[in-house]
Amino acid sequence: MESITQPGIEAYEAPASIADAVQVLARGDVTVLAGGTDLTVQVDAGRITYGKTLMNIRRIAELQGVSEAGGRISIGALTTVTNILDDDALAQSVPVLRATADRFASMQIRNAATIGGNLVNASPAGDMIVPLLLLDADVELASWRDGAVSTRSVALKDFFTGPGKTVRADNELLTRVTFAKPAAGFAARFEKSGPRPALEISTVSAGVAGTLENGVLSNVRVVLGAVAPTPLRAAKAEAALEGKTLDGDTIAAGAAAACDDCTPIDDVRASAWYRHHLVRVFMERLLTDVAEN
Amino acid sequence: MSLKTEVSFTLNGRAVQVTVPVDMNVLTMLRDELNMTGTKYACGEGECGACTVDVDGETINSCLMYAVDCEGRAITTIEGLRTADGLDPMQKAFVDHGAIQCGFCMPGMIMQAKHLVAKNPNMTDDDLRRGLEGNVCRCTGYYKVFDAVKDVVRGTAEAAE
Ligand SMILES: Cc1cc2nc3c(=O)[nH]c(=O)nc-3n(C[C@H](O)[C@H](O)[C@H](O)COP(=O)(O)OP(=O)(O)OC[C@H]3O[C@@H](n4cnc5c(N)ncnc54)[C@H](O)[C@@H]3O)c2cc1C
Ligand code: FES
Ligand code: FES
Repeated sequence: MESITQPGIEAYEAPASIADAVQVLARGDVTVLAGGTDLTVQVDAGRITYGKTLMNIRRIAELQGVSEAGGRISIGALTTVTNILDDDALAQSVPVLRATADRFASMQIRNAATIGGNLVNASPAGDMIVPLLLLDADVELASWRDGAVSTRSVALKDFFTGPGKTVRADNELLTRVTFAKPAAGFAARFEKSGPRPALEISTVSAGVAGTLENGVLSNVRVVLGAVAPTPLRAAKAEAALEGKTLDGDTIAAGAAAACDDCTPIDDVRASAWYRHHLVRVFMERLLTDVAEN
Repeated sequence: MSLKTEVSFTLNGRAVQVTVPVDMNVLTMLRDELNMTGTKYACGEGECGACTVDVDGETINSCLMYAVDCEGRAITTIEGLRTADGLDPMQKAFVDHGAIQCGFCMPGMIMQAKHLVAKNPNMTDDDLRRGLEGNVCRCTGYYKVFDAVKDVVRGTAEAAE
């Protein structure tokens, strides 16, 4: 039946290059489709209505795959969580990416879910965001300006502005996420909650990273997921840990500080009290694991 | 009404052309447009795996994939497993082990099990459990399912020797 209130999609595009894709975006009112695992569910739930144009980006080869150049690793927006899980070279240089991918949904979801979709969807519980924040990653955004593709780079820690919200402008395509290849001695860990190992939207997730030398942790990064409107760099916890000998007292102080960093809510998945408890337990577990290995 | 477009792809080895609304999912296209009702609809949001199909050698939840994205791809559904010789070895193992009760989850379960064996013929019991995490079954308690797949894994390993 013809619907009057829902104008519906007027054009479908499946560009084969970034240049073509950003020209479609320049027309305005475009809905981007990658793996579809968030889009389908959110359209069905009424949280997203389609723009005039539906643009399927899955045919853009330039957006696929992992590469390394000049000491930086680049992960294309269309790289799936399965691609990350199966990439032995990537797991060798950045084990925390495989460890996180391994906790992500089910294999069928991982086969479709892309890194770009996980970042732009900007869920406070988005799992791949946590290790990428630990790695000080940047995202690259492309748009069409003055007859050419123009790109800008945004630090991932400045990318998220609220649940489902980012600094990406409507005419921008997320093309890749990049980060410096971690130096020797860099340790990073990820943990997420949930009664089942997989298919669990994180009640709380946490990540810890730093360089451990002679028992002292430096360049500390602490990231907490699902305890604030966006995934969070936990500044108080980082300060409590930076340059300290990673012993029992430091671990307890870091875990306590992390609880001060977060502002969890009560919702259907868990109470704020329980989320605070999980933050403390995860922090202790992750820091102990870093100290012991 | 949504815009429609034509998609061409290979379905169970045969070329198919179908005109679909651009926001239709693969599951609805298979069941309602192509009358291929082997693939099941249960949760419709990626949680249960009943709608699992193989796309270019990867399994996905067909309730989440857009039909327009099938263009140029090769899709295999449960209907594609049966050959002139009869049931696929995986289907046969499920039958032999009594691993099927109401059967509703089984098209997806069997597609995923086949994918797991193809991806890793040497999988461990843990790989198997983890690999079927996205397939919910209300009836069997999974043990007979695991036994059936393990039989096929053993057979594949022996055949390779
Ligand atoms: C059953 C189920 C379980 C899940 N489990 C998890 C989990 O464990 N952990 C987790 O983090 N997430 C989980 N998710 C959420 C989802 O799978 C991920 O967020 C996934 O990475 C989204 O990627 P996609 O390619 O499917 O995105 P899509 O659904 O295609 O897109 C998501 C959003 O991003 C936009 N977009 C996508 N790519 C780009 C781009 N390159 N440039 C600009 N905009 C873009 C789209 O317009 C859309 O708004 C789950 C989802 C389901 C249905
Ligand atoms: S119907 Fe697709 S996963 Fe349940
Ligand atoms: S056999 Fe009934 S749901 Fe699996």
